[in-house]
Amino acid sequence: MLEVKDLHSFYGAAHVLHGASLQVAPGEVVALLGRNGMGKTTLIRSIMGLTPPTVKQGDVIWKGETITRMKPHDIANKKIAIVPQGRRLFSSLTVTEHLTMFKSARATEGWTIDRIFSTFTRLCERRHHRGSQLSGGERGMLAVARALMQDPELILMDEPSEGLAPVMVQHLEGVIAELGRTGLGILLVEQNLYSALAVSSRVYIMETGKVVHSATSEELAKDEGAVQRWLGVHG
Amino acid sequence: MSLFQLLNGLTFAALLFVVASGFTLIFGLLRIVNLAHGALYLFGGYIGFTIATKLGSFTLGILGAMAAVAVMGFALNEGLLRFVRGFELRQVLLSLGVAFVLNDMSLVIWGGDSFTVPIPEELMGGFRVFGTFYPKYRLFVLLMGILIFIGLWVLINKTRLGALIRAGVDDAEMVEAAGINIQRVFLMTFLLGSALAGMGGVMGGAFLSLYPSADSEILVFSLAIVIIGGRGSLIGVGVGSLMVGLLNTMGQVMFPELAYFVIFGPMAAILAFRPMGLFGKAV
Repeated sequence: MLEVKDLHSFYGAAHVLHGASLQVAPGEVVALLGRNGMGKTTLIRSIMGLTPPTVKQGDVIWKGETITRMKPHDIANKKIAIVPQGRRLFSSLTVTEHLTMFKSARATEGWTIDRIFSTFTRLCERRHHRGSQLSGGERGMLAVARALMQDPELILMDEPSEGLAPVMVQHLEGVIAELGRTGLGILLVEQNLYSALAVSSRVYIMETGKVVHSATSEELAKDEGAVQRWLGVHG
Repeated sequence: MSLFQLLNGLTFAALLFVVASGFTLIFGLLRIVNLAHGALYLFGGYIGFTIATKLGSFTLGILGAMAAVAVMGFALNEGLLRFVRGFELRQVLLSLGVAFVLNDMSLVIWGGDSFTVPIPEELMGGFRVFGTFYPKYRLFVLLMGILIFIGLWVLINKTRLGALIRAGVDDAEMVEAAGINIQRVFLMTFLLGSALAGMGGVMGGAFLSLYPSADSEILVFSLAIVIIGGRGSLIGVGVGSLMVGLLNTMGQVMFPELAYFVIFGPMAAILAFRPMGLFGKAV
């Protein structure tokens, strides 16, 4: 479904992605792991067509179609959504406006505002609050909910659990696992190994702009050497 | 200050609001420093004058001027400003150049004489307001200013387009990544802002008249209003227009030799203590 082939991306003259490749099958939850500065966010931005970085070589193929260098809104309209690093909510919009700006509140197909509010009950209680007035956990939920309102077939999630309290991380893991069960493809960038292993079926590890290791989550959980070598975590 | 002068100040404020609200959409929300806004006002006024004179319809004059100036705004945005997006100094120089070109074109087409847009018969004459006889047309301008304020407030705060504009101002890249062609949203906003300048030109041309330097006067007032009110704030434009309109009238009546100081003195004080303006937010 999503195939990234030998992608080379640059920030100005800085060569950040050195031929990154990965695949996400339909309905699969795949985690992308790696230490800070290894190119995970750059890879997510490159897939989504966001500039910078500039993709100079390689391809992003989505359902058989090359989408490399397409405009982000065209890529999003092909049912790929993003939950960006840092959430990036709109500070002047209310929770409800975040959800209805892309889709009518009266829509009945796919993800509706009612379905979002029944999934994220806390957002329902806070629906009149602005993005800037929400807690960290609520902001995380809203960023995921905003992406869902686009009825995506694939969501690129860039560290959705970053900065959340453990109880919120657990809640988010539950939501991601549940979304995975509905057939939604998820490419999840995570710093937190255990969080990633809890929800994903496969993992890729990035090191200096390349995918250097690929395994099932079960395999990686048992492979202490790989975990120590690539992630610097004692399992 | 008599009631007559107060109404003069309020109606002038309403006209300033129409022009400055267009300016704040472009300068405040889209962050485009369009110094050709005054020239668009004057060009719109001339076009409206020609249509209203030839066809005998003030309404068609306003609609024609709005449409023509929106088309000019389209050409300006797509043909020139898009190449200097994010570079404010280049925008200033470019739009100032465009203003000079438009002014010279107006001189070639309409000459240097002063014109007054003809108003419909229904708006001629006056009303008695609390014992003071006051021109109907200027009260019409006041009403239009109030209606445009309400219309813009609803557009920005209660519609999907308004939410997209606000979201785009917060984080254009995220709106784009959510499947919205944000450049198209910004273009529509630019056209609306330009059309408001054209509308202001026709409305102002009927009581301030149209003459070659009218564009720079209205531009300076618009800049003062947006700076006082705060970039991108509709309420700020409303309050700024009221302040500038009333101070201008009061200054002309009470301290004619200091008329400009009465406006720009408070503006400087506001800038010193509230650099973002009365209702502006840090970006």
